[in-house]
Amino acid sequence: MSTTTHDTAAVHDDHHHGAPKGIMRWLLTTNHKDIGSLYLWFSFIMFLTGGAMAMVIRAELFQPGLQLVEPNFFNQMTTVHGLIMVFGAVMPAFTGLANWLIPMMIGAPDMALPRMNNWSFWILPFAFAILLSSLFMEGGGPNFGWTFYAPLSTTYSPDSTALFVFSVHIMGISSIMGAINVIVTIVNMRAPGMTWMKLPLFVWTWLITAFLLIAVMPVLAGAVTMVLTDKFFGTSFFDAAGGGDPVMFQHIFWFFGHPEVYIMILPSFGIISAIIPAFSRKKLFGYSSMVYATASIAILSFLVWAHHMFTTGMPVFAELFFMYCTMLIAVPTGVKVFNWVATMWRGSMTFETPMLFALAFIILFTIGGFSGLMLAITPADFQYHDTYFVVAHFHYVLVTGAVFSIMAAAYYWLPKWTGHMYSETLGKWHFWCSVISVNVLFFPMHFLGLAGMPRRIPDYAIQFADINQIVSIGGFAFGLSQLIFLAVVIKCIKGGEKAPDKPWEGAEGLEWTIPSPAPYHSFTTPPEVK
Amino acid sequence: MSQPTKSNRKLLTMLTLGAVGMFGFGFALVPLYDVLCDTLGINGKTQNTASTYEAVIVDKSRTVTIEFVAQIQPGMPWEFSPTVNRIQVHPGELTHAKFHAKNLSANNTIGQAIPSVSPGQGAAYFNKTECFCFNQQPLAASASAELPLIFYVDPDLPESINTLTLSYTLYDITAKVGSGLKQGAAK
Repeated sequence: MSTTTHDTAAVHDDHHHGAPKGIMRWLLTTNHKDIGSLYLWFSFIMFLTGGAMAMVIRAELFQPGLQLVEPNFFNQMTTVHGLIMVFGAVMPAFTGLANWLIPMMIGAPDMALPRMNNWSFWILPFAFAILLSSLFMEGGGPNFGWTFYAPLSTTYSPDSTALFVFSVHIMGISSIMGAINVIVTIVNMRAPGMTWMKLPLFVWTWLITAFLLIAVMPVLAGAVTMVLTDKFFGTSFFDAAGGGDPVMFQHIFWFFGHPEVYIMILPSFGIISAIIPAFSRKKLFGYSSMVYATASIAILSFLVWAHHMFTTGMPVFAELFFMYCTMLIAVPTGVKVFNWVATMWRGSMTFETPMLFALAFIILFTIGGFSGLMLAITPADFQYHDTYFVVAHFHYVLVTGAVFSIMAAAYYWLPKWTGHMYSETLGKWHFWCSVISVNVLFFPMHFLGLAGMPRRIPDYAIQFADINQIVSIGGFAFGLSQLIFLAVVIKCIKGGEKAPDKPWEGAEGLEWTIPSPAPYHSFTTPPEVK
Repeated sequence: MSQPTKSNRKLLTMLTLGAVGMFGFGFALVPLYDVLCDTLGINGKTQNTASTYEAVIVDKSRTVTIEFVAQIQPGMPWEFSPTVNRIQVHPGELTHAKFHAKNLSANNTIGQAIPSVSPGQGAAYFNKTECFCFNQQPLAASASAELPLIFYVDPDLPESINTLTLSYTLYDITAKVGSGLKQGAAK
């Protein structure tokens, strides 16, 4: 079969008919904007699903003792909440943003591999349908934590573990295909004159993220495959009785897991690097240092995995090595925070909703970064390990970090996507409700952790009762606040003030040179970048 | 159109190969891990074969505490414990120790003991000339056995290590070994 003629025919076809109507438009679409929207909606649905599980967790922890759910179901909630938020909410949201924005930012007509793009989205709903269905099966769904440590996931796991493994396989294949598409698009489809050091930072950060994805998602696939064969086919990768080693599981998992956390934050850096200059009405301070900082964070991310396992009895030398490497990451990250602050210095700033989320990102992500540095100190980590301090840390970097940046991006580019301005009043309500409740939710968790409350428990000692109550109230408030976001988005799609081509005075980039809403086909003839 | 499609295909192939290669690398980590742990002696695994006790100089000036810990895989119906919990030895001194095992169930069972030394860096200096962990341990229903261990601590043991904890975890491998059970247990 000749792919060349096939592709040409497809492009030709689209030109004549525009967007097809009905459900088949979405099932068969190869349009980067359609697929971007699909990803973003899917991720929002998953965000609410995983959020509902968080509500179950917080409701159970509202009081000491067992009130609402059985411990086994509680464990399934913590596990599936983590899996859904990581693989279903944050990562697809970034892929959705990449689909929407990268072709428009580099002046390309579409993604380089549109048919693969369609596949990489449409296998995702199946992955999560499989994962969620396992919750309703005899023996329950995965209950071993999202990190599925052996032997919890091999010897002691429910029969549905096979479904968990297959769903992770599908998620992995989807992410890898998405990453390949991003790389090929950026490498081959830049408009004439769009040199590497002219790329918007969102494109740069996604390019680096895509390489991380290709490097580590297959390792995750390998890890789940080993769990599968250990559990069902008698291998002994992680079974000491057969000559394996359960600690090796942690090494393999975190070899994936640590780059994974940067996969979930690097595109955020790109988003913030677009929004801060726009609302400061200044060029980004230190563009090239941003690129190098991103690349060095990505490289360092492969050298720090064992800081998740300080308490496994590593030699002191290894503990020191991983401690210093971890702390080294604070340097390029510090460069980024410095550059954002320097961009705002003496800028004429305004505080529309995207900017508010971006500012909250900088402050709150930095708090999460600092608690990360505390955790990096090996001797201190022996106290913090597996406590709520860790829960506080990674929710600061993932919720007020990654999720806030996604919200900022949504507000910033909604006018371009829908052609309407969102309601600034509702947006501000969403921001202030979120930023207050999220701190009520996560900040006291630091104290719980320092006082010794372990993570992943359905019940706790009585002295933790008051703070847990406050945390739960913050949690319910944060959950409800996200419904405001849903309202803003729906309202913005349905109507509102007509958005100009460039709704933000200080915004820069090719995406603002095309009309709002962005036409179904943009940059069919590449723009000239000077 | 044909030019970018061609370079797209090339890049697609390279990146796909990269992903497949990383999948392989995930599995390559398994032997890599074993080799690294083995050469650096860092994860508490002791050697699987008997070492010989020849021309070892006993260092009478130093005393090392050896602690014995015995654990059973949850749900395995055996008793398993060291006869002595802790002894003092001089590095280089050949020492005998015993573990006691009893099959509490009504079935013939095969056990396999997996040793682990803590701190992990001490494992390379813990030499066993004879150990029940080198073999499978079949026990007939309700039978019991004394399991021997003969070992010495290498005199080169780093100064910073004064206590070595030797932990055995006993696993039920009856199902894995399968048919060989009856002959083994009859002995």
